[in-house]
Amino acid sequence: MSGLSAYFAMGGYAVFVWPAYAIAVAVLGGLVAVSWRRYRASAAALREIEAQPWRRRQGGGE
Amino acid sequence: MIGRLANPARFMRFSAAVLPWLAGATAVCLGIGLYLSLVAAPPDYQQGESVRIMFIHVPAAWMALQTYLLMAVASGVALVWRHPLAEIAAQAAAPIGAAFTFVCLATGSLWGRPMWGTWWVWDARLTSVLVLFFLYLGYIALANAFDDATRGGRAASMLALVGVVNLPIIKFSVDWWNTLHQPASVMRLGGPTIDQSMLVPLLVMALSFCLLFAALLLLRMRTALNERKVRALRLNEVARATGEEPLPGAAVLSR
Repeated sequence: MSGLSAYFAMGGYAVFVWPAYAIAVAVLGGLVAVSWRRYRASAAALREIEAQPWRRRQGGGE
Repeated sequence: MIGRLANPARFMRFSAAVLPWLAGATAVCLGIGLYLSLVAAPPDYQQGESVRIMFIHVPAAWMALQTYLLMAVASGVALVWRHPLAEIAAQAAAPIGAAFTFVCLATGSLWGRPMWGTWWVWDARLTSVLVLFFLYLGYIALANAFDDATRGGRAASMLALVGVVNLPIIKFSVDWWNTLHQPASVMRLGGPTIDQSMLVPLLVMALSFCLLFAALLLLRMRTALNERKVRALRLNEVARATGEEPLPGAAVLSR
């Protein structure tokens, strides 16, 4: 065993090291994705309601 | 500076300017940190390559504690001064803290199996961190359990404050009780006992997690402020349609 395959074997600890990193990436990456999607949705909802005609007549919004 | 940022409109402007830089810094730092942890750091003389789990396990544990501390301080400010941004900050931080705590528990379990011969033991350190995880979940559930968001927010803030008692228990559990978990080797009197070649990757990963936390916190706070404003404007709209006076609170928020 040499080179890459030795590296990925992690000295026999591959089944512990790689899942640990995978879980961290999945959980933190998932939180980033969920937070980003919810942020985009909230910004779109705000733009939509601020563009309503009754608000423009009043000169509302920012 | 905190006082100036405490105004929601000013916070929105500040966070919009800072967020892209924070996201970029997180990506760069995380890239370097992962390279150092997975490639550059040497295997441990006793633990071999399994020591690489430390580079995510320990920073995740630090962030789990620090996030709770921040959440509790923000909850205290929300309860005493009723500052709107404080409660928003606490509620935005809770899921991030829960995520870090889960990563800490899961990676610890994956590290414990080869090193201790068990996935889990009910000893002081592990159990108190599991309690921390449930405190986060309880806080999130409580904050969303009431139809009236104000009541839910206050109840959750009180839970966050009561839960602070768990933080010193976690920190000192390895000194107070016999446990499988090793005592502190970085945050200790007399300096770290860990070699430079492993301390540097550890600190770079810790910095990346800090940056990630800050970016996520600002993003989630912006989301909460947007959602609050949309709700206030909708209430206003209903009030107009039914010919009633707009709610004073809604008028303030929509300004």
